[in-house]
Amino acid sequence: MHLSAEDWTAIGLTLKLAGLTTALLLVLCTPLAWWLAHTRSRWRGPISAVVALPLVLPPTVLGFYLLVLMGPAGPLGALTQSMGLGTLPFTFAGLVVGSMAYSLPFAVQPLQRAFETLGARPLEVAATLGAGPVDRFFTIVLPLARPGFITAGILSFAHTVGEFGVVLMLGGNIPGVTRVVSVQIYDHVEALEYAQAHWLAGGMVAFSFTVLLALQWWQPERKSP
Amino acid sequence: MSPSQAAPSIDAQLRLERADFTLDVTLALPGRGITALFGPSGCGKTSCLRSLAGLDRAQGLVVVNGEVWQDDARGLWLPTHRRGLGYVFQEASLFPHLTVRGNIDYGLRRLPAARRAVALDQAVALLGIGALMERRPETLSGGERQRVAIARALAASPRVLLMDEPLAALDAQRKAEVMPYLEALQRGLDIPVIYVSHAQDEVARLAAHLVLLRAGRVEAAGPTADLLARLDLPLAHGDTAATVVAGTVLSHDATDQLTTVGFSGGQLQFASAGHRQPGQSLRLRVQARDVSLALALPQGSSILNAVAVRVTALQEDGPGQVMVALDASGTSLLARITLRSARTLELAPGRTLWAQVKGVAVLG
Repeated sequence: MHLSAEDWTAIGLTLKLAGLTTALLLVLCTPLAWWLAHTRSRWRGPISAVVALPLVLPPTVLGFYLLVLMGPAGPLGALTQSMGLGTLPFTFAGLVVGSMAYSLPFAVQPLQRAFETLGARPLEVAATLGAGPVDRFFTIVLPLARPGFITAGILSFAHTVGEFGVVLMLGGNIPGVTRVVSVQIYDHVEALEYAQAHWLAGGMVAFSFTVLLALQWWQPERKSP
Repeated sequence: MSPSQAAPSIDAQLRLERADFTLDVTLALPGRGITALFGPSGCGKTSCLRSLAGLDRAQGLVVVNGEVWQDDARGLWLPTHRRGLGYVFQEASLFPHLTVRGNIDYGLRRLPAARRAVALDQAVALLGIGALMERRPETLSGGERQRVAIARALAASPRVLLMDEPLAALDAQRKAEVMPYLEALQRGLDIPVIYVSHAQDEVARLAAHLVLLRAGRVEAAGPTADLLARLDLPLAHGDTAATVVAGTVLSHDATDQLTTVGFSGGQLQFASAGHRQPGQSLRLRVQARDVSLALALPQGSSILNAVAVRVTALQEDGPGQVMVALDASGTSLLARITLRSARTLELAPGRTLWAQVKGVAVLG
């Protein structure tokens, strides 16, 4: 094994970042995806577009605006400072916020599709059988939309692991705090340590392939009602 | 559950505006037995039922056997899951992630023990699904699924059972499979049923009370037997027109396999394989095209049944045909005859003559 202690730190940090980001995204995106799947509001279009923005924007653009927003002069920065939290850029927390913005569409869109496929009927049936809204969510929505949750989780996790531009703009390159695998690879290449870069890069390829393969297995089966 | 002094009843005033149509109905339905909401597609039957259930948000008032579910004048609105109702959708809509047992348990488990009026075993037995309990919904036939859906609604001991064309998605064979269970339900449980349908035979067979809807409004409401025979309503027209005769079995001749039923207008006899006990009450469906008219009591006819009737109304019904409404001492009948026969017999309201009934169908 040619991985250094620093490489392992970067891997650990990356997994922690991706895990936390995914967990937070699944919780926060569920109501958003539910709203997008069911609303007839005229805000649906604009909000869908905003959710999809990270798909097309260069990560540096996203990172730049997040940096401005979260910086001492930005509204988010002012808020965190007034709460006594300091500013988020160049911290792990800042990286989590940035990753959530970056991976947002990968969580929202599978959930939204799952909720749309589910339709209103199973929930109406559950209501006529005496189940209240929270009860319906846990006993009907969650099990029936499970493939959507799994897809959203896997995609968010994998996409966060592959993040580079936003991290660089927002977190810099602080070992153990913001230096994730993609940044570590960049450093190795800068330093002409190709062998080390190979181990990490190869690991990323293997990881991504495995994730995509797993997704194929998790595709919801076509079932008649 | 229902106030003891007043007769059980379901009262509703509902108003619902939709882009292409407005539902505006006042319903006063009996609080027991099966009531049918009948009308063509798009007349508002389903919207009406969904509004009663609270699945659609209509404005107005809903009171079921003394319990107020909705009263917008007082700002009162119970969400669907607190109404204690049962709802059977046109498609069975079983939960695909649960077994048949899991589906039926779903409502039962959410019901306070004090309110359990229907036992799981009772619902399962009534719908004949005991052998299906561990199966997954996707392995069931259409008829089985719909029976499970009905059992699931019943197991929640509903105060009222709302059924939205539960047979419409089934083919004729499956329909015939489920229908007897619906009839058993009517006899076996004291739960009022509101049944949406656009099939006249279903309505005649199942419902004691009928509400005709047309373009979002109530066209007529009353006992099914009365409405079926009213020439001013669409039911009493065309090839499917029929009336319902309520009677009692007088005798059954085992040799000729002939059952004699007495009713207000006399007797009706029909061939029937099953033995029927004298005294059993029976409902018979008489189709207008199976009734012919004669001025004198027919002699030497293969048709066994002749009933003395009085013409109450007549109306042209299609090319060369006339629908004649008849009164047989309190029971309404219809006869669909040719325009020429009507002229030859000099038919007019008040005229008395004989109705020959060629065949009847036993409704149960």
